Amino acid sequence: MSYLSIQDLSVRLRNGLPLLRKVSLDVKAGEVRALVGESGAGKSMIGKAVLGILPRAVRLTGGKILLDGEDLLALPPKTRRQRIGAKAALIPQDPLTALNPSRRIGPQITDRLVDILGWKRPEAEARALELLEEVHIQSPGRVMKSYPHELSGGMRQRILIASAFAAEPKLIIADEPTTALDVTVQKQILKLIREMQERHQTALLFVTHDLGVVSKISQSLSVLYAGKVIEDTDVRAFFDAPRHAYSKALLAATPKYTDPDGSLMPVPDNIIAAVEREVAAFDAQMNE
Amino acid sequence: MQIVRALLTRLATTLVTLLGAAIIVFVVIRVVPGNPIAMMLPPGATEADIERLKTLYGLDKSIPEQFWIWIVNVVQGDFGTSITLRQPVFDLVIGRLPATLELSLMALLIAVLIGGTAALTATLYRDTKIEGGIDVAGGVALSLPDFLWGLALILVLGVLWPLFHISGRVSPSLGFDFQSNFFLLEALLRFRFDVVFDLLGHMLLPAFALAIPLAAIILQLLKQSLKECMHDDYITLARTKGYSETSIITRDALPNAILPTLTLIGVQFTFLIGGTVIIERLFSYEGLGNMAIDAVINRDLPLIQGIVLVFALLFTLVNLLVDMTYAALNPRLRHA
Ligand SMILES: Nc1ncnc2c1ncn2[C@@H]1O[C@H](COP(=O)(O)OP(=O)(O)OP(=O)(O)O)[C@@H](O)[C@H]1O
Ligand SMILES: [Mg+2]
Repeated sequence: MSYLSIQDLSVRLRNGLPLLRKVSLDVKAGEVRALVGESGAGKSMIGKAVLGILPRAVRLTGGKILLDGEDLLALPPKTRRQRIGAKAALIPQDPLTALNPSRRIGPQITDRLVDILGWKRPEAEARALELLEEVHIQSPGRVMKSYPHELSGGMRQRILIASAFAAEPKLIIADEPTTALDVTVQKQILKLIREMQERHQTALLFVTHDLGVVSKISQSLSVLYAGKVIEDTDVRAFFDAPRHAYSKALLAATPKYTDPDGSLMPVPDNIIAAVEREVAAFDAQMNE
Repeated sequence: MQIVRALLTRLATTLVTLLGAAIIVFVVIRVVPGNPIAMMLPPGATEADIERLKTLYGLDKSIPEQFWIWIVNVVQGDFGTSITLRQPVFDLVIGRLPATLELSLMALLIAVLIGGTAALTATLYRDTKIEGGIDVAGGVALSLPDFLWGLALILVLGVLWPLFHISGRVSPSLGFDFQSNFFLLEALLRFRFDVVFDLLGHMLLPAFALAIPLAAIILQLLKQSLKECMHDDYITLARTKGYSETSIITRDALPNAILPTLTLIGVQFTFLIGGTVIIERLFSYEGLGNMAIDAVINRDLPLIQGIVLVFALLFTLVNLLVDMTYAALNPRLRHA
């Protein structure tokens, strides 16, 4: 049973340019799905559509987003907002900008529980302390009273992870949650996300362009090119034998763990041309 | 330790500012043509009469000497005697100060409420006709200076539709016995809402005249800061938590957007206090500014000096207050 099911999702710029082309993907309850693709492919756009935070310059032109069996797009805006707040959460890309600089950490973790889900403040605070311990933050009491600028990037990402898990959501979208961090911190954060995901049995949509990370964290993956899903498979099958030529080239372009310094091959031009033709053919079919 | 040093520095700069203002005014009002003695005496007074009066008011001495005498007295709390009103300057100024304070604070309150609400509304409806309309209103508000707004308000709400009083501070017919000079505050504290109503009837027009341009300035800067904040990542994150646009603007964006506006309000508020001089005259409002104009017309040197000193003190106090609020609101400064 899919906890998140995206069906034929289309998103366009206001001038009609397509950004997402009938994207379909499912994340089963408790499953980790990776979403890979080069920069500008539309990975973040999918996450934004699910969480209801599409930029003003784009609009959703078709498709369904089922969260826990309920079509989000069919709900009135206020209900949709609250449903998303209760059942899903975002682990953002840049921990340095994702916390409100003028508010203390504590309220930034508890606010959703108190304001949206109606918890009592002391309960929410106890929960926040518990979560901060879970993400291995020392002296959580002091951290709760701190302001973001007093904490390191790694600490802030831990806090954002704690905050994402606060309402015990059954879907978390992590949009390149480690790219803004130091390499050493990246590994710890990745490990932490996996640990939390396993403990809480949360479905996780993990956006990345690092195939090396994919094999470590996810069970299934979707490959996106120009806003179109060109491969949807489970991770084992993908690494054994990717079906699409573009996926093959992408895999070949990733350095192996056994040889991390191995040369990075760009995706060959003829393969890019082939996948571009595929996208063009799809668009032509759409416009008929 | 740091706080003590900061306070001492602050005190020193305040004193230097006040001294500077005092010196400038002291010299300027003595070198410009016209002298108070000539104004006091009937035509046909003899040279001897003039000299006698000059000696009486100490005007026969050199300017530095006069200044020294004045400053020594001021330090001891003696601000001299008004030449025209023949009362201690200190009593006169303290008597009028509350009227001006009530007027400027009321104007500030109106400006912040209107400017702030307009900025928040424009942000909520950004990129729509509503934002456009608010921008146009702001532009119109800024196109006239405060005293012309005063004239316009008098014509429309005082003459055409006489909803407000256009002169004075309180209706004498009310016969209310004020114990202090903070009329509005006192009437409020004594629950005399009929008096409050009358006072507001006098105060609102001049207060609005002062407030309209400031409201527009607040609107423009606050709206711009708010709109910039709306692109920040923590705003997006708050959206995913389920918050409405209104609470995101007031709860998440406003505290981050408000600091530049606060600094600006501080500077602009000192301008507004300066503006009370003409506005009080226009509305015959019995405040410090109105008295200042009379003092200048009559070359009432001690009174001018006293009033200027109070205005300078007010300005520095406003700046100090802004700095303190800024530090209290900005967590990055608070812990530095
Ligand atoms: N606010 C916006 N207004 C207009 N176009 C946008 C906006 N944000 C993104 N786009 C466009 O949408 C497309 C998909 O962007 P998206 O951010 O989803 O890419 P991505 O796959 O997440 O890339 P990256 O790996 O760089 O994060 C891009 O072509 C981008 O230019
Ligand atoms: Mg992205």
